[in-house]
Amino acid sequence: MARIWSFGSDVDTDQIVPGRYAPYMTRDEELGRYAFIEARPDFAAAVRPGDLIVAGPNFGCGSSREYAAQALHLTGLAGIFAPSFARIFYRNAANLGLRLFEADLREELGDGEEVDFDFEGRVIRAGGRELAIEEPPELLLRAWQAGGLAALLFAEARR
Amino acid sequence: MASLAEKILGRAVGRGLRPGEVVEVTAQRIMVHDSIAPAVRRILTANLGHDRPLHPERMAVVIDHVAPAANLATAESQRDLRGWVAANGIRDFHDAGDGIAHQLLIEDRIARPGEIVIGSDSHSTSYGAVCAFGTGMGATDIALAVATGRTWFRVPETIRIEVTGSFGPGVGAKDLALTVTGRLGADGAIYSALEYRGVAALSVAERTTLASMAVEAGAKVGLVHPEGLPAEQAAPDWLLADDDHEPRGRRLEIDLDRLEPMLARPGRVDDVAPISEFEGRAVDVVYVGTCTNGRHEDIARVAGLLRGRRVAAGTRLIVVPASRASMAAAVADGSIATLLEAGAVIGPPGCGACIGRHMGVLAAGEVCLFTGNRNFRGRMGSPEAEIYLGSPEVAAATAVAGRLGDPRAILEVIC
Ligand code: SF4
Repeated sequence: MARIWSFGSDVDTDQIVPGRYAPYMTRDEELGRYAFIEARPDFAAAVRPGDLIVAGPNFGCGSSREYAAQALHLTGLAGIFAPSFARIFYRNAANLGLRLFEADLREELGDGEEVDFDFEGRVIRAGGRELAIEEPPELLLRAWQAGGLAALLFAEARR
Repeated sequence: MASLAEKILGRAVGRGLRPGEVVEVTAQRIMVHDSIAPAVRRILTANLGHDRPLHPERMAVVIDHVAPAANLATAESQRDLRGWVAANGIRDFHDAGDGIAHQLLIEDRIARPGEIVIGSDSHSTSYGAVCAFGTGMGATDIALAVATGRTWFRVPETIRIEVTGSFGPGVGAKDLALTVTGRLGADGAIYSALEYRGVAALSVAERTTLASMAVEAGAKVGLVHPEGLPAEQAAPDWLLADDDHEPRGRRLEIDLDRLEPMLARPGRVDDVAPISEFEGRAVDVVYVGTCTNGRHEDIARVAGLLRGRRVAAGTRLIVVPASRASMAAAVADGSIATLLEAGAVIGPPGCGACIGRHMGVLAAGEVCLFTGNRNFRGRMGSPEAEIYLGSPEVAAATAVAGRLGDPRAILEVIC
């Protein structure tokens, strides 16, 4: 089962990882522990691989710091669902292989709810309900499989 | 008819474009700063086995985010960055103390009208001040561009900001930028281009304030129409030619004559209201600086209002020039002397405390009036500090009163 972590609108990168935890102040592999360290201290301690974030519009706004997306990716999140994402965050997530879904599930799924996320079946099952997930763009599917868009593009660059 | 964003991207691919198309283009300039450079190099090495830029002559490297170094970790990281710059023959290198990357790229004409300039920093939208397609990206995107010389974009929709009138006393470009952010909302321009029109009378400094803050509404670029740029930064004819009579996208109309000094409340860049709603709130720190409002013009405005006055007891005024040239000009015209006499602290040119890493970070419970661009919780230090965004003029009035204040009140005394 996956747990839902609910967040509001305009979640900014300073909330996700404050600038004071920039990578060379922090060991890379530890970055996941600083996800939402001040904005929501219970998150990093309790999040498990496979969990989902459900948020409002403009998730990831603010700085270009890729380590914000990286910190969330390192927690093993299976996806972030929001009606829209800040564009730099969206690019960063695509490059790293963190799965973003442009969908508004705030009415459907509440904080702490336990669900079953069947990515292959493109469906979230929650207490007898089934929420269909829109088919992600083909490029992103390939990117996610390769471990991120960057992996695909660097493979091209090496050729 | 093409918007400025469509024109610049269209020129790069040699055909007309419509919003929504995805294009691959040459990155004519790539800016990397000290905070992201280690990640860019690590990503390059991990993926290519080396970290050499394909085109060193297109790189611009700046040490501005923690400049000079604050501690051993930043010092060693910056030492390594200098080594990388030297080993790769990167000529556009600015070391600690030269200033903020965005200001330097504009000042030194590294970012030029009509060019595509990407940077490892979200405020790379600043280059829109000279009508360059400036935009920020994360470390991996920048590493890909450093390795291949190329990057990709989705051609953005354009939101036109039609400006009429002129600024009244005590009102300026920051109030316009805050008004636009408030009207559009923090996600109002997501994936889109902002295009400022009717601002031919504005200086490059004022244009930079507008372009830098475009990203606060989520915009990909903030292009200021190049009409009225100084001769040495004039745009090429293809960019100036005004063939855009019928914009397709959204429009916002703003009459400068009716604009008031504006503030953004702590926590949200788009929670904007006129100064009258805030007057009287006690302030611990007034911070003047950043790529949004740290230029000579901004410093001179603050000094102009502080001449013959003192910073209120119990309030600190910190002034951090955006570049060495800004600081030199402020020394030459006496602004820095005025500020020192008034009781200000002057920091070395750079980002200063803008991202809460050093030199003026805020403690829990402190209230700051900031001329920068972001007031997110925890941005400048403690998450329990409060950051109000405002103009240099509001900063001056606030420093004198020790409370959020309206610059028009002091201006009346001067007149
Ligand atoms: S001054 Fe602040 S907003 Fe501007 S580049 Fe530096 S850290 Fe970023």
